[in-house]
Amino acid sequence: MKRNISKLELALATIIALVLVVGLPVLNATDVVGNFTINLWGKYLCYGLLAISVDLLWGYTGLLSLGQALFFSLGGYMLGMNLMLMIGKDGQYYKAGNNPNLLPDFMVFLGHTFLPSFWRPFNSFPIAVMMVVIVPGVLALIFGFFAFRSRIKGVYFSILTQALTYAAYIFLLQNDVTMGGNNGFTDFKRILGFDIRHPATQRGLYIATALLLVAVYAFARWLTTTKFGLVQRAIRDSETRVLFSGYAAANYKLFIFVVASTVAALGGALYVPQVGIINPSELATDKSLEAVVWCAVGGRGTIIGPIIGAISVNALKSWATTKYPDYWLIILGVLFILIVLFMPKGIVGLPAQLRALFKRKPGAPELAPVPAAEAANAKS
Amino acid sequence: MKIESTQKPFLLTAEGVNKSFSGFKAITDLNFYLDAGELRTVIGPNGAGKTTFLDLITGRTKPDTGKIEFEGSHDVTRMNEYQIYRLGIGRKFQTPTVYTDHSVWENLLLSLEGSRGVWYSLFHRPDSAERDRMDEILKIINLDTQRDWKAGALAHGQKQWLEIGMLLAQNAKLLLVDEPAAGMTDVETHKTGELLLSLAGEHTIVVIEHDMVFVRQIAAGRKVTVLHQGSVLCEGSVDEVQNNERVLDVYLGRKKRHT
Repeated sequence: MKRNISKLELALATIIALVLVVGLPVLNATDVVGNFTINLWGKYLCYGLLAISVDLLWGYTGLLSLGQALFFSLGGYMLGMNLMLMIGKDGQYYKAGNNPNLLPDFMVFLGHTFLPSFWRPFNSFPIAVMMVVIVPGVLALIFGFFAFRSRIKGVYFSILTQALTYAAYIFLLQNDVTMGGNNGFTDFKRILGFDIRHPATQRGLYIATALLLVAVYAFARWLTTTKFGLVQRAIRDSETRVLFSGYAAANYKLFIFVVASTVAALGGALYVPQVGIINPSELATDKSLEAVVWCAVGGRGTIIGPIIGAISVNALKSWATTKYPDYWLIILGVLFILIVLFMPKGIVGLPAQLRALFKRKPGAPELAPVPAAEAANAKS
Repeated sequence: MKIESTQKPFLLTAEGVNKSFSGFKAITDLNFYLDAGELRTVIGPNGAGKTTFLDLITGRTKPDTGKIEFEGSHDVTRMNEYQIYRLGIGRKFQTPTVYTDHSVWENLLLSLEGSRGVWYSLFHRPDSAERDRMDEILKIINLDTQRDWKAGALAHGQKQWLEIGMLLAQNAKLLLVDEPAAGMTDVETHKTGELLLSLAGEHTIVVIEHDMVFVRQIAAGRKVTVLHQGSVLCEGSVDEVQNNERVLDVYLGRKKRHT
């Protein structure tokens, strides 16, 4: 079959994976790369996972989900609950002597004296990790089931995912739901017993993120070579035809929606201990939209594209928000427009675009992009 | 004349079917019976409801009244597109509808008979029997050298052939073929006719067509159905329908013709 992974791609991917998983941490451990930098890259790679999640839906299946930040944040919240409980005796209220049941500080502030029952399982780290996958996965399953069964498509699907995200935003803002309200979760002290602010712990979290990203890349790359990948792209290009080829398109969309949402959730779960905070602002509209821009910039419909997009746009953001803090959204908007107009295949598509540009002699008519082998076939 | 007795159950029956689109009656009290193994040609002027009829059989639209039964026991008006497909009803659309961004090979792979489940699609790789079958189809539809082309890069006639190839890959019991010869050269049209004739018997085929030369080729000695204003105007051999007074009135746009 075509679209199999070439040796060149495998070699490149291996080198990049080694640099990310082994290279950077070693340089950090030997003080060549600073703790701030490694932490920043950890954040970027988490965003890379979010971008892959958007791309599996948008780039490959034609489902423009504007709600992937919701699943990212939910994953973060689930792990965050464990981190909050692990603060334990380091909490301000306990130190002051009025928190004997070791509740998270915000609960004491709200007048709680006992831990709500749904919080109790989160004392266990493995259960929290399971919940990182289960809660966003089940939400995606339920939402996707109804949306796809009702054949909600195109812009209506985008609006609906945005509405779901906004509903979750409002929900989490409320203090009554005991998820930290407006302030969310922060002031974490330890993860799995390790001091969360220690450089070695942060390095470990970075390595975990890089490993997960490599694994998700490999998984997504494999997925695109299967018949499932073919059906996915067929749904994107001509969903009606897919139904008349006997495929229950809704089942395929539901499967990839749950998978993509789980990928986002895992990214969010690794994001929270590295940035040290999770609150409802992570569910704001612009967060989901930014992830869409990363995909477009990097090159949607590829797996490496979204990762490149997430890293490069966020690197640009880090620079621009310090230099020109008031203009960041304008820069982002202009970037998106320019990319859509002039680089529809993003950074990944740029080499092919440039090659085509230089190949075409001035004045020569524009040729359809038929590869050389095909042109040879056509002559025979 | 191969008009079979009714002792054998019909493969497809449509009875009392009505369908209107915001007042316009596309199908009116349509009754249609199809034997297994038949190659039936359906002709009729524009707006006679030919394509709507195929839409009703394949679940793209639902009739207002009436029933359409496949193999006697399946009421397709209660099923959706992919359920109907899985009964063994395949369709080639009027405008060639292939996956333009997929290669010719991938188009066939997507259409190949077999499970349509998500898990199957994840773990099944085409085995040698399936690859042989696709090679064979590529030769039949004359796209062997274009197998790695994107389907969107094919010429119009080639896309028609690819879509017929997709029907072959599906190995459907009933093939609904909407204007297969559109956009083809005379030679290609003739080859298409030969292909359809070679499939008749093994598969049951309904062909909708305008090109009367083509109709004469594929319908020789077979039954032709004339649709007009959403119902059957007459049925019979090509010569019978072409000399039928009512057909001459409405379809050929002439009042009288002397033979």
